[in-house]
Amino acid sequence: MEALATDAVVRPTVEQILLWLNEVADPEIPVISVLDLGIVRDVFWRNEELVVAVTPTYSGCPAMAIIAQDIRTALAGHGIRRLHLETRLSPAWTTDWLSAKGKARLRDYGIAPPVQQVIDISGISRKVSTEPVVNCPHCGSAHTQLISRFGSTPCKALYKCADCREPFDYFKPH
Amino acid sequence: MVHDNALFQYLLRLGDNCLIMGQRLSEWCGHGPVLEEDLALTNVALDLIGQARLWLSYAAHVEGGARDEDQLAFLRDAGDFHNVLLVEQPNGNFADTIARQFYFDTWYYFLLLDLQRSANPRVAEIAEKSVKEVAYHVRRSADWVVRLGDGTDESHAKMQAAIDQLWSYTGELFASDGMDEALQQQKVTFDPAKLRAPWVDHVASVLDEATLRLPEQTWMQRGGREGVHSEHLGYLLAEMQFLQRAYPGAHW
Repeated sequence: MEALATDAVVRPTVEQILLWLNEVADPEIPVISVLDLGIVRDVFWRNEELVVAVTPTYSGCPAMAIIAQDIRTALAGHGIRRLHLETRLSPAWTTDWLSAKGKARLRDYGIAPPVQQVIDISGISRKVSTEPVVNCPHCGSAHTQLISRFGSTPCKALYKCADCREPFDYFKPH
Repeated sequence: MVHDNALFQYLLRLGDNCLIMGQRLSEWCGHGPVLEEDLALTNVALDLIGQARLWLSYAAHVEGGARDEDQLAFLRDAGDFHNVLLVEQPNGNFADTIARQFYFDTWYYFLLLDLQRSANPRVAEIAEKSVKEVAYHVRRSADWVVRLGDGTDESHAKMQAAIDQLWSYTGELFASDGMDEALQQQKVTFDPAKLRAPWVDHVASVLDEATLRLPEQTWMQRGGREGVHSEHLGYLLAEMQFLQRAYPGAHW
C-alpha cells in the first residue's frame, strides 16, 4: 500500500481547480472569468485525468479556441498534466448562467448586462414586441436606442444613450 | 464505411446550407453599406459557419471517419454539395442580400424549432444550440425588409424586385424526396412541407408591414439538394476552396 501511495498523482480538489479557473479571463471581456461567463459546465477527475466540460457561447465564436488554450495553459501552470477538455452542446449556453459578480463587472466595464432572461425563441411575430428597456451603463438612463442587433462580438448588440449621447455595447440575452 | 447514408446526406444538406450562406455573407466583409451592417453581416456569417462546423463534423462522424469537416468543406466539388439553390445566389445589391436572408432565416428558424424534437439526440442538440442564434438573424432580416420596403421610392422598388427575383428559389425549401421520407419514419426529421404554412404566414405578414407584395408566381426552381446547381456555386467554391486546393493539407 505504501508503494502505491508514492506512485499516485496528486489530485487537487475540484474546489481548488475552480479557484484556478476563476482566474482564467474571457479573452474579449477580460474583466470576467470563464466561471462568471457560465461556460464551465463540469469539472471532475476520471482516474488520473482531469475532465473539464465547456459549452460554447455562440457556435462560431472565435474566442472559444482561445479560451480552451487559456484553460490548458492555466491548469498546466498548476501542475495538471492530464487534462481532457470536453465540448458540451446541451443544454445550450444561456446568459442566465452569467454570475451576479460577472454582470456587475460588465456594467462597470461599460457593457450593459442582459436585461431579460433567455432569448425568446417561441415566436418571431413582429406584432409582439420583445425589445427590453436597456439602461445606459454610463449614466443609468433608460432613454436608450438599439442601433444594431449585432455588435463587435457575437454576444453583443450596439446601443446608444439619448441622454449622455454615448454609444455602448449590450450583452444580449441568449 | 458509411453507417447511415440517409442521415449522412441530410447532414450534408444542413451543413452545406450554413456553409454556403456563411461564405456568401462573408463576401460583404469590408463592403457593408454602413459599419454596423458590415458587422452584422459578418456576425451572421460567423454563426452560420459555426453551425456548418457542427453539422459537417457530425456528418463526418456518421460517414465513418474517412473524412473530417474540413475535407467535406474544402475538397468536394459542386456536384457533391447539397445546399438549396437559394443560398448560393449572388449577393447582388443590399436588398437582394436581405431578401435572400429573410427567406432563408425564416425557413431555417422553423426547421430548427422542429429538429429540436429529433429522435437523433445529436441532431436535437445542434438544433437547440442553433435556433437561439437564428432567432436573432430572423428578427434582423425582417427589420430590414420593413425598413427598405417602407422606405424611399427607390429602396421600395429594389426590395420588391429582390423579393420577386428570389421567390422561385423558395419552393425547394419545402420539398421531400425518398431520402427524407426514410428519416421522417425514424422521426429524425419531419415533413418539410409542414414548414410552408408558418413560413408563408410570417413572410406575408412582414411583406404587408413593409408595403410589399407577396409574389404570386408558382413555377419553382429545384436541384440544389440533389447536387444540380446554378453556375454561381462553382465560382463561390473556387474562391472558398482555393487554399486547400493549391496547398493540400495546409493548416494554421
